[in-house]
Amino acid sequence: MGANLPNSAQAPVIVVDRLTARFGQDTIFEKVSFEVQRGEILVVLGGSGCGKSTLLKHMVGLYPPTAGRVLINGVDVMTENEEELRRLKMGIGVLFQSGALFGSMTLAENVGLPIQEYTDLSQETIDLIVRMKLSLVNLAGYENHLPEEISGGMKKRAGLARALALDPTVLFFDEPSAGLDPISSAELDILIKSLNADLGTTMVIVTHELESIFSVAHRVIMLDRSARGIIAQGDPRQLKDHSPDLRVANFFNRLPSTGPKPEGS
Amino acid sequence: MKKALRSQTAPTVRVAGEKGREVSLFLAGRLALENLSFLRSQVQARFNEMVPARLTVDLSGVEYLDSAGALALLQLKNQAQSQGIPCQFVKPPDTARGIMELVERQALGTPPLITVRDSGNPVEQLGEGALKFCRDLMEVTTFLGALLRGLLDACLHPRTVRWQDVAFYMKRAGTDGLPIVGLISFLLGLIIAFMSSLQLKQFGANIYVASLLAIGMVKELGPIMTAILVAGRSGSAFAAEIGTMKVNEEVDALVTMGFDPIRFLALPKVLAAMIVVPLLTLYADLFGIMGGLVVGVMGLDLTAYTYLKETQASLSLMDIVPSLIKAGVFAVLIAGIGCQRGFQVRGGAEAVGTATTSAVVAAIFLIIVADSAFALIFHYLGI
Repeated sequence: MGANLPNSAQAPVIVVDRLTARFGQDTIFEKVSFEVQRGEILVVLGGSGCGKSTLLKHMVGLYPPTAGRVLINGVDVMTENEEELRRLKMGIGVLFQSGALFGSMTLAENVGLPIQEYTDLSQETIDLIVRMKLSLVNLAGYENHLPEEISGGMKKRAGLARALALDPTVLFFDEPSAGLDPISSAELDILIKSLNADLGTTMVIVTHELESIFSVAHRVIMLDRSARGIIAQGDPRQLKDHSPDLRVANFFNRLPSTGPKPEGS
Repeated sequence: MKKALRSQTAPTVRVAGEKGREVSLFLAGRLALENLSFLRSQVQARFNEMVPARLTVDLSGVEYLDSAGALALLQLKNQAQSQGIPCQFVKPPDTARGIMELVERQALGTPPLITVRDSGNPVEQLGEGALKFCRDLMEVTTFLGALLRGLLDACLHPRTVRWQDVAFYMKRAGTDGLPIVGLISFLLGLIIAFMSSLQLKQFGANIYVASLLAIGMVKELGPIMTAILVAGRSGSAFAAEIGTMKVNEEVDALVTMGFDPIRFLALPKVLAAMIVVPLLTLYADLFGIMGGLVVGVMGLDLTAYTYLKETQASLSLMDIVPSLIKAGVFAVLIAGIGCQRGFQVRGGAEAVGTATTSAVVAAIFLIIVADSAFALIFHYLGI
């Protein structure tokens, strides 16, 4: 079960302020606002195509917002101040759906890359840190493997090791359990919880895996395509049992949105 | 194959009741895909003939019903209801009831979210094309601007350049291309020398084959042919590599780590091309001249010494240096366009293919445009 809710007295780590995403004529979501507290695990959920991944990409500064802004530790993710941006990016880690490892580099080179670029540490020290990060995700010994030589679940864990390379204070996950077998998925959940408990890392996870949600989330926000925004937020167990919104209750209880059809129609 | 689908147990349609009053249709047998046309024509004929005021369809004799059969029943019901005729199905066998529930009546009438993909009339298409061209031009200009800024940064802070990658791409674009560049240039020299010798022989001007080839090769053909070969070999490879990285979210990963993808991915490729293309051009010039030498010695009764002496006399440093400058500019265009097309990729495998093709076509176009510009500039500079 999820840990206790973190102390929310401090300033929020992430502030999403009236964020709107529009591609051409297509509005994905409109004026979405929420905050993430330090040490919190926030899960963004919703059905396919509701804009979860788009929201995540806005939060990490990959897509410029149509309107509104996202602040991480008080800095706008689209800031043009290079020094500010550099510090901001050093403080966040992102695990992409596919792991997004660089295909031409070994796992050690992948994990070592951010350390090499942002620090002036010697190669031996970097190698040591890399080994530590890889063992953290149970990939010790795979330093010299290429991404193509390992399985999908391992790629994801290696991607996590790379995201953890600079000890970020905020971690973003895009569908961490997608395409994983139940055991790998559960292992990843345990890893997420222990990172949160041991390092106090703030986490934003985009997923629709119910088991993961109940296992790791302190709080969830639910997006809906037709509402173009958030339709519910709060404790997942509370929402499952007590949400008055049928869409939310159906999602948590795995009920299709349309009931059985009348006979002979 | 179509024949095999024809009926096993053809459905039968029996009718009871009075014309214009309450009518019952008794359907029996297999109501399935293979009998669909027959079933529909039969039912339609009975329907038109009886003009019912009220329709009851008895399904008790149905042996087998698949989703196509269920669809035909549903269409019958829709048709009846659209004409204000009450219609009901009775006594469906248990096996048929499930499949009838599966066919969703509402979904059949729902229009698609995207109606016909209209590419517009010719004027609209022309407008779209022009806008696309302008957008493309703007993107290429912005990208080349960012690239030049990156190159300037690289000159000011050479330690920030990923030299390991530069060396890797020098090998890929340069060393690996030596055999094909050598072969093509040699054959090109051979052909030009041979063709020109046929004409010059008539005037006893054999010796000028050497000068003609040397000047043609060094000033124009060497840089152009090398650039086209590099565009085909490496420009396309750069586009495909970056395009695939884009599809695999690797470029996104770089951005979230705070790295500039242009500095990280494009700059090493452009620097490598800038170093190797002029070198490859010199190499191509050499092989072209060697091709001419073979023709000179074997077909024109010239000695190798005379041929090379004539070649040397017709070339000056002011022929070679501008051609190398040209090659350097071609290199920036080839590698730059290759990378830009790669970064443009959105979507999947097909977009990577399009980017690769477009990288080669655009690079060759820009090479020719730049070459024309150089021809004018060098002419006015008196080079």
